[in-house]
Amino acid sequence: MTIDSIRNGIVIDHITAGKAMQLYQILKLDKVDASVALLNNVSSGKLGRKDIIKIDTLLELDWDLIGYVDPSITVNIIKDGVRVEKRQLKLPEVIRGVVKCKNPRCITSVEQELPQIFDLTDAAKHVYRCRYCETKAEM
Amino acid sequence: MRSLIDIMQLTTAEIDELVALGSDIIANPEKYAHKCDGKILATLFFEPSTRTRLSFESAMLSLGGKVLGFSEASSSSAAKGESVADTIRTVGCYADIIAMRHPKEGAPLVASMNTSVPVINAGDGGHNHPTQTLTDLLTIHHEKGHFDNLTVGLCGDLKFGRTVHSLIAAMSRYTGTKFVLISPEELKVPSYVKETYIKKNNIPYEQVTDLEEAMPKLDILYMTRVQRERFFNEEDYLRLKDSYILTPDKLKTAKKDLTILHPLPRVNEISVAVDDDPRAAYFRQVRYGRFIRMALILTLLGLN
Repeated sequence: MTIDSIRNGIVIDHITAGKAMQLYQILKLDKVDASVALLNNVSSGKLGRKDIIKIDTLLELDWDLIGYVDPSITVNIIKDGVRVEKRQLKLPEVIRGVVKCKNPRCITSVEQELPQIFDLTDAAKHVYRCRYCETKAEM
Repeated sequence: MRSLIDIMQLTTAEIDELVALGSDIIANPEKYAHKCDGKILATLFFEPSTRTRLSFESAMLSLGGKVLGFSEASSSSAAKGESVADTIRTVGCYADIIAMRHPKEGAPLVASMNTSVPVINAGDGGHNHPTQTLTDLLTIHHEKGHFDNLTVGLCGDLKFGRTVHSLIAAMSRYTGTKFVLISPEELKVPSYVKETYIKKNNIPYEQVTDLEEAMPKLDILYMTRVQRERFFNEEDYLRLKDSYILTPDKLKTAKKDLTILHPLPRVNEISVAVDDDPRAAYFRQVRYGRFIRMALILTLLGLN
């Protein structure tokens, strides 16, 4: 299967197989006014299988958010058909407004205007905890 | 240091300073009687408390300061739906320092993010209770003379017991600490507490359900109450509330210099017959609570 290469846009590569749809939804790519291609289960020398997302326009993305969903991802920025930037993502120290705390005893459960903030507490195990009540983040 | 939300904000050196100041206040109360003249402490208790609130108020009054506040959410604007942030912005205009208890976890942190006045967490749900931990530490210091090489048994509700979580965090930083965690299956220490403080620091620990089996090993026995207010289900509370009851009989195999602590209030988990045992330190602990809060208020106000 072939997907046209893009002239100006973003290629989100090395997504863990099966995670592309989750990333698509979290990044709200359905709202983007451009072609977006979602490739699942592509053969990969490095990962065996991987997913890829191609976005046919240049736009600001939340790098921390992408890193949180899957730190193994690489993001390529393409301008005039040439890759001008390659970003290797990593787990962000803090994530804001992405995950909602599920602890019914947390202050955020009653004061819903409070920002949802999670801090990275264990990088090896990808554990984030609510800044207010220390409950583990669940997507 | 502007606010105290979590005991782990304090280094062991800062804890040592607070313990030293608390000890000096005990020895020379007159020296501190007017240190807070003209200062106001607001005690905002969105959840009922006897000891902690009175202890804070007594501490401030003993320093020459004044106190204002409320003792339950129904007598505050929270009952009208006001947010913690708005309440605290208001109170910050009336007081120099704030002590706050709230049933929701993280509420004192929210408060501290919305005022320039120091906020002291006086207990947030089942989460943290740093001034109880400071009280526990001052008590341990006076009863044992040191913090190192102690086997600390924590018994009862280790899941929702915020004082337990804070004490584990604090004691995990001292050399030679060992923990014996005694609880029913349903009330075990949360995994984050174990991961963050015990396992990360390679501290030896045991998780058991039998208090009597653990007793001979302990230097400190920290008893806790199974708290009705932490259960969403009354049946679970009734099933678990009498899991552990400390009696003189159960203390027969305990060390002669065991220190028995309890954050109080107790219901029936320590028989009154234990109160006369010299190892029962929980009423002395209440007294230490006032002095360490005096030390904390002075420190946060920069008057130490």
